[in-house]
Amino acid sequence: MARRLLRGGHVVDPVNGRNGVFDVLVENGRIARVGRDLPRDAADDVVDIPSGLLVCPGLIDMHVHLREPGQEHKETVATGAAAAAAGGFTAVACMPNTSPVNDNAGVTAYILQKAAAANLVRVYPIGAVSRGQQGEQLADIAELKQAGCVAVTDDGRPVATALLMRRALEYTRMFEMPVIEHCEEQTLKTDGVAHEGFQAATLGLRGIPGEAESIMALRDISLAELTGGTVHIAHMSARQTLDAVRYGKGRGARVTCEVTPHHFVLTDEMLAAPVAYDTNVKMNPPLRETADRDAMLQGIADGSVDVIATDHAPHHYDEKQVEFDHAPFGITGLETAVSLCFDRLVHPGVVTVSRLIELLSVNPARVLRVPGGSLSEGAPADVSILAPDLAVTVSAAQMRSKSKNTPFDGWRLRGGVAATIVGGRIVYKNPEFEDFRI
Amino acid sequence: MAVVMDGDRMGKTLTRIAHEIVERNRGVEELALVGIRSRGVPLARRLARSIKEISGHDVPTGALDITLYRDDLMRHAVGAQPVVKSTDIPFSIDDRRILLVDDVLYTGRTIRAALDALIEFGRPRLIQLVVLVDRGHRELPIKADYVGKNIPTSPSQSVQVRLAEIDGRDEVEVEG
Amino acid sequence: MKKDLLGIADLSSDEIYRVLDTAVAMREIGERPIKKVPTLRGKTVVNLFYEPSTRTRTSFEIAEKRLSADTLNIAVAASSVLKGETLADTAMNIEAMAPDMIVLRHASSGACHLLARICRSKIINAGDGMHEHPTQALLDAFTIRQHKRRIDGLKVAIIGDLLHSRVLRSNVLLLTKLGADVWVSGPPTLVPPGIERLGVRVTTSVDEAVADADVIMMLRIQQERMQGAFFPSLREYYNVFGLTEERVGRARGDVIIMHPGPMNRGVEIASEVADGPYSVILEQVANGVAVRMAVLYLLAGEVEAD
Repeated sequence: MARRLLRGGHVVDPVNGRNGVFDVLVENGRIARVGRDLPRDAADDVVDIPSGLLVCPGLIDMHVHLREPGQEHKETVATGAAAAAAGGFTAVACMPNTSPVNDNAGVTAYILQKAAAANLVRVYPIGAVSRGQQGEQLADIAELKQAGCVAVTDDGRPVATALLMRRALEYTRMFEMPVIEHCEEQTLKTDGVAHEGFQAATLGLRGIPGEAESIMALRDISLAELTGGTVHIAHMSARQTLDAVRYGKGRGARVTCEVTPHHFVLTDEMLAAPVAYDTNVKMNPPLRETADRDAMLQGIADGSVDVIATDHAPHHYDEKQVEFDHAPFGITGLETAVSLCFDRLVHPGVVTVSRLIELLSVNPARVLRVPGGSLSEGAPADVSILAPDLAVTVSAAQMRSKSKNTPFDGWRLRGGVAATIVGGRIVYKNPEFEDFRI
Repeated sequence: MAVVMDGDRMGKTLTRIAHEIVERNRGVEELALVGIRSRGVPLARRLARSIKEISGHDVPTGALDITLYRDDLMRHAVGAQPVVKSTDIPFSIDDRRILLVDDVLYTGRTIRAALDALIEFGRPRLIQLVVLVDRGHRELPIKADYVGKNIPTSPSQSVQVRLAEIDGRDEVEVEG
Repeated sequence: MKKDLLGIADLSSDEIYRVLDTAVAMREIGERPIKKVPTLRGKTVVNLFYEPSTRTRTSFEIAEKRLSADTLNIAVAASSVLKGETLADTAMNIEAMAPDMIVLRHASSGACHLLARICRSKIINAGDGMHEHPTQALLDAFTIRQHKRRIDGLKVAIIGDLLHSRVLRSNVLLLTKLGADVWVSGPPTLVPPGIERLGVRVTTSVDEAVADADVIMMLRIQQERMQGAFFPSLREYYNVFGLTEERVGRARGDVIIMHPGPMNRGVEIASEVADGPYSVILEQVANGVAVRMAVLYLLAGEVEAD
C-alpha cells in the first residue's frame, strides 16, 4: 500500500522519451505514474530529489560472477548483491562457472534462494550451454529456462566446437534465449597471460593476440546467421572483434555485444606502470593496446556496442598475491562501473546520459528479455538514482564485495550513485548525501 | 686557507725522506714501496725515483686500494658506495720491508685498513709507514715512521694535498 | 643504485659503467693468493633458486664468499611449489630471518618484482622467466669492453630464440643504452612483437646480421620450442640459423663470439666455433664472478634517499 513520490528529479528514460524534470510515483513496488508537478498528497511519503541527481531505470549488470556455490571465499550471492546495490545496479545476471556448474535446476534454485534471502537486488541466473561446461553435450537447457535462467553460456571458455555452438543456437531459438559467448580460439591463446604486443614482449609475458577473440566471434556470428539463433558477445576487447560484430549486424545476424569498463578505460601499459606485473591488471580477455581501447570507445559512441557489463570477477587476496603467470584472471567491477562510465564516457562527451542508460539498462533488459530498462507505468519500481558530479575516490577497502581485486583503488573519479531502489524498496543509500532524506 | 707547503718545499721534503729511508734500512734490496690510493701512489713513485738516484737501485712499487677494507662501509645513511679502484702489487711481498706511503695521516683508520689488506698478500718482514703530512687526532694506536711535515690542525679544518700527477700542481693547503 | 637490481631497464648508463668499472677491481681479487676481502662480512645473502642452475648459482656463491658474506643456498624443487607454499610466503619466511639480500631465479616473469614489493631485503634478479637476466648482460658488457675497450658504435649481432630469452632482453636494453648498433636475428616465429621499438635492427637473415659484426652473441635453443611449432627441426634450425665457421668468416677479423651457456653444440653453434680462437665463452664465466661481486658491493650500501 506504500506510496512514495520521488519529486523534482531529472528523469532519464529513453524508452519513454523522457529526459527532464519529472515526478515519479511509486506504488506497491511498481511505477504508478510519471509526470510533471504530481500532487504531493498522492503519496504517503514525499522525497525531494536534490538537484543534480538523475532518476533512471534500474541499471542491470548482465555479466557478473557471484561465485556461489563453491567459491564462497571470493564472494557470495549476498555479498555480490550488496556490491551491486552499492554500485547502483538493481539487477545482475550471474555466470554458471560455479562449483558445481550451474547446468541443472538444482543449482539454479540454490542461487535464486540465496538471492531471495539476501533480499537486495534481482538475480537472474545464466545457465551452462554444455554439461559441466565441458563442451561435449548440451546441458538440459529447457530445464534451466524453466528453473529461471535467462541465457546460457560456457563463459570462462568458448563453446568448444562449431557443431555444439550451432546446436546451442538452434536449440535456444525455442526460448528466444541468447547464447552468451566468451570468444577465444583456444589454440591461439595457449598459455598466454596478457595481450600479445609490445608491452607483453618487453615484460616477458606470454601473449594472447586480439585475433584469438575475433576469429571465434566470426565463427559464432556466422553460425548465428546460419541458424537464426542469437549470440551475445561477452566482454569484447579487440578492435577486430568489433569489426566482426559490425559485419554481422550489417548482414542481419542476431548478434549483440558488451564491453567492460576496464576495456574502455585501461590499456596494456598498466602491466608496466604504476605497478609492474600487477596481478590486479590480469584478466581475460586481457587489457589490449590503445587502438583497441579507442575502438571500444568509438563503438560505444556510434551504437555498435549494445551493452556495458562489468564481468565482475572477485578473487581472494591470497590468490592474487602470486607471480603474474599463476594469478587467476579477473577483477571486480560492480562498485566502480558507474563512476568510470560518468568520468570516461559522459563527462568527456563520448555519450549522452541517455545513451549511457541504454547501455546500462535498456539494452541489457532487452538482450536478456527481463523486465526493466524503463520507468514505464506498471513496470517494477527499479530505480537507480545517480550523481553525475559526485567526487568519488575509489576505495577497495570500503567495498562491499568480499574481494578487493581492482586496479582502480585510489582513483579519483567524477560520478557516482546516490541511491538504489528495487521494487520500490531502498536497498542502498549513499551516506555522502546527508540531506537526501530517502 | 693557507698554503703550508709549496712545490719547492715538497720536493725537498721528499728528497729528505728518501735519504732517511736509505739510511735507516741497511740495504735497499729488500725494500718495496706500496702507495695507498689515490695520492699515496704518485708519492710512492717519486720516492722510488729518489731512492734510485741515491742508491742506484730500483725499488719495486705497487698501488693499494683500501676501499673494500674500510671500517665505515655499510654505515652511510645516504649515498652511493665509495668507488673501488684496483690494487696492483706486481711482486711478492713475502719477507720484504714494505714502505706504506700515504699523503695525510689523520685518524689512522685508513692505515689500519691498509695493513689488513696488505697481510692478505703475504707476510712481509716488516712494514713502515711514510706520510707527507701528519695532522694529528689519531683514533687508533698508529704512528708514522717517516713524516714530511707535522701540521697541527683542529678537526673542523681539512688538509688538501695536491700533486702534479693528479691535480696539476704540488702544494699542501689547510682549509678552515 | 636503487634498493634492488631487478633489470637493466632500471639502470642508467652511469650506473652500468659504475658496475663495469668496479668489476675491474673485483677481478683482481680473484688473482690474489687469498681471494677474499672483508667487505660484506656479517651480511647474509640468500640464493633462492626456483630453476635449476649450476652456473649462475655457483658464480653468485663464489662472488658472495669472496666478499666474506654468509651465503645460504635454497634450491626449490618443482614439487615443493606444488605442495603449496607460495613464493610470497616463502619469501616472507626467509625475510623473518633478516637476510640482507636475496638473489632470486624464477620461472615467472616479474617474480622478483613481487618479492621487491614484499621484502625489505635487497633483491637481485638472477633471471625471471622470459623477462631479464641483468647480471648476465653486465658480464657480457664487461667481456666486450675487455676486448674492444668500448661499447658504443660496435655492431653486435644477437641470434636465436629472441621471444623466450631473458638474456636477449637484458642485453638489448644495455647495449642500446650504451650506444651499440644492435642487430637481432632468429626465426620469424620467435621474434617478439614490436622489438624494433627498442632500437634494434631485426632480420631473419643471419648472414646479414653477422656481416662486419664486432660481437656475435648466440642464444640457446630449447627442444620444447619444437612442440610449439616454432620451427620444424633442430637440423633445419642449424642450417638456417646456426653459427658455422663460414658465417663467422663474414664478421670482422677481430670478432668475438659469445654465448650465455649452456651451449647446444651443433644446434645454435658449431663445435669448432665454440672452441675456436674467436670464442670468449669461458671468459664470460670467469667475468661473471667479478661482475656479481661488483653488483653485490654496490647494492650492499644503505639505500639512497630519493
